[in-house]
Amino acid sequence: MATEVDPKVRVDKQPPMLGGDYTFDSLTKKITNVIFAATPKGWIIGFSIAFMILQVLLVSVTYLLYEGIGIWGVNVPVGWGFDIVNFVWWIGIGHAGTLISAILLLFHQTWRTSINRFAEAMTLFAVACAGLYPLAHMGRPWFAYWLLPYPNTMQLWPQFRSPLEWDVFAVSTYFLVSLTFWYIGLIPDFASIRDQTPNKFLKMIYGALSLGWRGGSMHWHRYETAYLMLAGLSTPLVLSVHTIVSFDFAVANLPGWHATIFPPYFVAGAVYSGFAMVINLAVPIRHFYGMKDFITDKHMDNMAKIMLTTGLMVFYGYGVEAFMAYYSANEYERDLMMKNRAFGPYGYFYFALLFCNGLMPQVLWFKRVRSNEFILFGVSIVVNIGMWLERFVILMSLQRDFLPSSWGQYSPTFWDLSTFFGTFGLFLSLLFVFCRVLPMISIAEMKHLLPQSHVHHPKDAHNTDSHTPHGGSH
Amino acid sequence: MEAPKVKTYGLVAEFETPTEIVNAANKAREEGYTVMEAYSPFPVEDLHEAVGFKRTKLPYIVFCGGLTGFLTAMTLTTVTSGGAPSFMTPYIPDWFYYPLNIGGRSLNAWQAFIPPEFELTVLFSSFTAVLAMLALNGYPKLYHPLFNVPRFSLVTSDRFFLCIEAIDPKFDIQGTKQFLESLDAFEVSEVPE
Repeated sequence: MATEVDPKVRVDKQPPMLGGDYTFDSLTKKITNVIFAATPKGWIIGFSIAFMILQVLLVSVTYLLYEGIGIWGVNVPVGWGFDIVNFVWWIGIGHAGTLISAILLLFHQTWRTSINRFAEAMTLFAVACAGLYPLAHMGRPWFAYWLLPYPNTMQLWPQFRSPLEWDVFAVSTYFLVSLTFWYIGLIPDFASIRDQTPNKFLKMIYGALSLGWRGGSMHWHRYETAYLMLAGLSTPLVLSVHTIVSFDFAVANLPGWHATIFPPYFVAGAVYSGFAMVINLAVPIRHFYGMKDFITDKHMDNMAKIMLTTGLMVFYGYGVEAFMAYYSANEYERDLMMKNRAFGPYGYFYFALLFCNGLMPQVLWFKRVRSNEFILFGVSIVVNIGMWLERFVILMSLQRDFLPSSWGQYSPTFWDLSTFFGTFGLFLSLLFVFCRVLPMISIAEMKHLLPQSHVHHPKDAHNTDSHTPHGGSH
Repeated sequence: MEAPKVKTYGLVAEFETPTEIVNAANKAREEGYTVMEAYSPFPVEDLHEAVGFKRTKLPYIVFCGGLTGFLTAMTLTTVTSGGAPSFMTPYIPDWFYYPLNIGGRSLNAWQAFIPPEFELTVLFSSFTAVLAMLALNGYPKLYHPLFNVPRFSLVTSDRFFLCIEAIDPKFDIQGTKQFLESLDAFEVSEVPE
């Protein structure tokens, strides 16, 4: 072994993040063949189910547009109901995709490579589901463009001091930047598909999507520079998005909402639920598409560790919330926290949330749990339920504000539930289509993980063994 | 039938490993060739330097994009909210002036404008990064002479290509071909325009 550490091969010191023995060619074919192969039966069944659930969403939204938001359970003290709970939940799920694609890239975490593509897709689809709720809640969604600042004959402008207007900026920027980030990641892979397919029609479509990519070295240099800058821009962006989402609550004076812990703990919670969803998607993908060489057990282990870490941050957030309510000596905060949140209406949700987000994920301390993908899958579902409960519990502070005379009660209606159920149809249908027509793992980036992708300079010929930790040939 | 005289875009040599392509590009540069480009399935470290490209000016363009985004958002939020300095008031058109009294707060509540300013900075920078990258690279360009070389389709799979273009002052179809063959290329072919 070499005695000095060459900074360029530092990544190879980590355990292999790629199983099997691939060449550039077999790796390309392995990923593109998923697109060229005949549609698997399982895909047809899965997509049909997802597509049926999507119809539930369409019916719910159609009825909503016909009848108005009176069909939901929202009422006077609880002006936001399932719509904001689900909005925050879905958008939080999206955050893991950006974390994987941007923050882990900046930290040189090579294991992000095989999961970033579908995690980014998950981000886009989750944000699409999230965006539906505020639009639907408008009652007149065809006036949604009123949210945007544009010169108009009414000479009106949005209220730029409002967190809800900040949300418009944050969420739309987030969606657009995630989309471009995803797309430029796809460009070289579109070119791979263009060059692999024998089908003339597919060649035209993917060729057009690839914009004619040829992989010139100057092109790659600019491409990598742009990619890195997008990662650098997305990192503060993703933190800002959930911060601003938390401002929707924290800027209000309402007891239970008016807390400075909200931004960090919302961001941690978003990453927490997002990683849970990535695990929920990674397990079936590696299972049904035979991608265990690419999404290895080490990946699952790493994701479980991030989930555990962010879970502890979230748990700490609950602790701070409770402590600050007590320590503030503000009777409204205290009553909300001690009486209404824990023992008032939906008090059992609070304990369920502590169980799902606080206690249950502690099993992830055990290696045996982290290495069993089925248990991991189950834990992730529990975490996602827990994170949904968290938003619901926070929202239910609206039931109990300062004046008992203005207290009320919220309960979701059938249409609340059906809309939420339906968004799963949208999310899953889009994911199924994505797995069918796009490379679900980044081809060009995966090649970087192969030992033969490194350039050998004559001067470091003496330590070539550090380049080949898993026996690749040159 | 005698073929009409085909214009040549250049000569392309195929290589099998990243190390070979970097060495070949270095040798071509040392030989005095200036107009060439190396193609690879993934970014190969230092390859752009081997073909004689220093660094992209993309970061400066992106900085300008971000600055534009910030200034746009700052103007938009401050001026429409009536927060611009009073000497500017006569010059602000009616349609761009919509002061709102929210709880008696200052019209120039600049802290509250940070979120839109930040988001537009990020949005403009990101779009500038992507669009400028594509523009500098000359995309979209669905046709390129190199696509006439059948084996060039392997560039997105596992092969590496070095193309010396005909506009290179040192280009000479016979001499350059011999030079490329001397680099242990897998195959050297002519690229018809």
